[in-house]
Amino acid sequence: MSTATTTRNAEAASDLLRRLRGPNNEGILALILIGLVVVTSIANPTFFSVPTMFAVLRNSIVPLIFALGVLIVIISGGIDVSFPAIAVFAAYSTVRAAGDIVDPGLVGAFAFALALGALLGLLNGVVIARFRLPTLIVTLGSQGIFVGVLLTYVGSRYVAELPGSLAALSKTNLLEVSSDGRNAFLHVMIVPAVLMCLFVSWLLRRTMFGRGVYAIGGDVEAARRAGFPVVRIQLFIYVLVGMMAATAGVIYMIMGRSASPRDMAGSELDIIAAVVLGGASIFGGRGSVLGTVLGVLVIQVIGSSLILAGVPSAWQRAAVGGLLLVGVGVQAVAARRSARHRRVVRTEEAVA
Amino acid sequence: MVQPEQADARQPVLAVRDITKTYGGVRALSDVSLELMPGEVHCLAGENGCGKSTLIKIISGAERPDRGEIVIDGVAHPAMDPAGAIRSGIQVIYQDFSLFPNLTVAENITLTSAVADGKRLYSAAALRPAADRIVAELGLDLDLDADVERLTVADRQLTAICRALVHEARVIIMDEPTTALTHSEVARLFALVERLRDRGVALVFVSHKLDEVLEVSQRVTILRSGRHVVTAAAGELSPAAIAHHMTGREINEERVVSALPIDAPTVLDVRELNLAGAFEDVTFSLRRGEILGVTGLLGSGRTEIAEALFGITRPDSGTVHVDGAPLTGHRIEDAVRAGIGYVPEDRLTQGLFLEKSIADNIIAGSLDRHRSRSRLLDRARVRSTIQSLFERLKVKAPNTRAVVRSLSGGNAQRVVIAKWLATQPKVLMLNGPTVGVDVGSKAEILEILRNEAERGMGVIVISDDAPELVSCCHRVLIVRRGRIVHELAGDDVTVSRIQDRMAA
Repeated sequence: MSTATTTRNAEAASDLLRRLRGPNNEGILALILIGLVVVTSIANPTFFSVPTMFAVLRNSIVPLIFALGVLIVIISGGIDVSFPAIAVFAAYSTVRAAGDIVDPGLVGAFAFALALGALLGLLNGVVIARFRLPTLIVTLGSQGIFVGVLLTYVGSRYVAELPGSLAALSKTNLLEVSSDGRNAFLHVMIVPAVLMCLFVSWLLRRTMFGRGVYAIGGDVEAARRAGFPVVRIQLFIYVLVGMMAATAGVIYMIMGRSASPRDMAGSELDIIAAVVLGGASIFGGRGSVLGTVLGVLVIQVIGSSLILAGVPSAWQRAAVGGLLLVGVGVQAVAARRSARHRRVVRTEEAVA
Repeated sequence: MVQPEQADARQPVLAVRDITKTYGGVRALSDVSLELMPGEVHCLAGENGCGKSTLIKIISGAERPDRGEIVIDGVAHPAMDPAGAIRSGIQVIYQDFSLFPNLTVAENITLTSAVADGKRLYSAAALRPAADRIVAELGLDLDLDADVERLTVADRQLTAICRALVHEARVIIMDEPTTALTHSEVARLFALVERLRDRGVALVFVSHKLDEVLEVSQRVTILRSGRHVVTAAAGELSPAAIAHHMTGREINEERVVSALPIDAPTVLDVRELNLAGAFEDVTFSLRRGEILGVTGLLGSGRTEIAEALFGITRPDSGTVHVDGAPLTGHRIEDAVRAGIGYVPEDRLTQGLFLEKSIADNIIAGSLDRHRSRSRLLDRARVRSTIQSLFERLKVKAPNTRAVVRSLSGGNAQRVVIAKWLATQPKVLMLNGPTVGVDVGSKAEILEILRNEAERGMGVIVISDDAPELVSCCHRVLIVRRGRIVHELAGDDVTVSRIQDRMAA
């Protein structure tokens, strides 16, 4: 009798733990994030300040939008390395068109960039969905093509001054806070980033498209048999990723106040690392927006704290790499433990 | 609006007419027709590769036929699409269940019908009551919030059944529904089938376990090599006649066991093996040339014993001797080195490299045995081992370069067995050796085991298929709640004795 109660208590406790941990270890990641902030703040009290927080958020905006797109692709069981190429293609072309031909205004510029991003994403999607080719290879190939076409036909000139409609946003801040005699600014582009987080979260959790993404990532054949329009969903995934990349690209150039066709190259691995660190399974079928947000923040906080600590930037990459291995390792260990747990439960049931 | 209840009872709810389907020049189906009446259980039987699966895929809309039509409620369609088939009330429970491992049971149950309804938005809370209702209606004990990948095979199947029923299904096709179930679970499934039949649902059973299916079926249709052989009332066909129609030859399911020489030495000796929560005090021995059956309900510990002997799990205490030498170490490598082989239950994921050729699979476990003096692979010996096993086990494939994924269940099993035979084991344990294998291949696989035992190997067959154990085992151990509770030998090995002792 008493053993039964103890077991029940233990079960309730482990249930609570499991809920706190979240389906993709979001809880653990949140703890790591808090731990990082605490440790860095103790080591260097200037870290724990509003300006630093705003700077971390500011640096997270572009990676976060990229990461949301990558999250959708990874959940669907694919991987995309062409998004920086799509971003720079769409954003640089928009800047050049606005500067050389006619400034279409802020809305017009974004619309143009989104259309370009959608088109390039569609190209990826068509090849992947129709011919069922491996996503990594397709996007590896297409990113080369996108950059090549951009440099050849659109140009390779560095644009130091953005067209007026975009430049106007460069210095717009959402919040200004003065603390300890320093002024802290929160860039206005945090707004679209937050909106996109909410949108993607809604899309993944509350739409049949979102369920289709998880279903395809879980078992593509089962998704087909269940009647999910797999080809259409995959096309839409890559169109969406293209559009999100284009948005991130334009925001990057607005915040950087310049445009170069060589921007953002090489950022893909950091983004993928953030998403995987955020609990998305590299094999597909698992991942959440919350986890991705935490993953991006952890990587940014590590970057900032290492800068504050005066660690050479080369070591930052090593830290990100190490963290990625830890993230994947935690997933693997958890999976193995649950397999063992299942075996014991099964036999206990049989013996009972 | 036409009342379905008042429709003519003799009008088939589903009919396929003159279906022909060709895959890359190979004819999978030629002019096959089938009619399904409301409230009937129809058994679709045939050997692996006879076209059953193709026919199911065509009915469910996963494949388009080259010729022929699918008639639903008198309306002819040249082909179906998956969502359309589900909307018409056709549900398929695939052998692999086609569930989403990363989603919860509740989501798996309700998602398909949400897709078929053409929903755009999704709300787990709104769909949940439907899942609750179906689980309650069937009186099942399923954790709706668990991820499917954490479920046992039997629970996965129950999830798949719930998914088929949650939508108003009028035709349910079950591909090998009893494969993963134990005796009592099968009984529960059949009780369920009876209730569905009363509701006017037509069921198609695809199965190899004929004796079971004949219990619930009214009619039987048999396919052979993509052609329709016979459709008859279940009562008119004896199991032997069905086996004959399926294979085109006579199948012997009689008990055939060799006489063991009295002085046959012990090859495997297990003493007081314990693993907390799995099994206790397991003691038995196996002689050279002997085939030993180990049976029990799912979860009784029968699989856990084999896994402990093979080093997958580490027993808490006990000793194991192979050929008189103690088994030291409890890793898989140690077991293999000592001469123990294990063909797992789930051979597709645990026993084979599906995308690799038959040759690569056969040799995969014994590369170390095929080195030349320079430590490099001895190509000629590798080739001769592969070829001789390929022929000895009569693997049906054009050649050893064929990819394993393209093989039928029976042939895939032969390749796994060949892989172990290449390592020349002293003891070979097989878990569910004929699960998902058709009657013809089944008899042949049992024959292979008999032959290999005659060559001096000790064989352990873990199975809940009593006729199979009777057919080939010298002795049968019955495991209940982690203990060996009975040992049957000689004439005591009968189907009824095994089933009684298993369930008691």
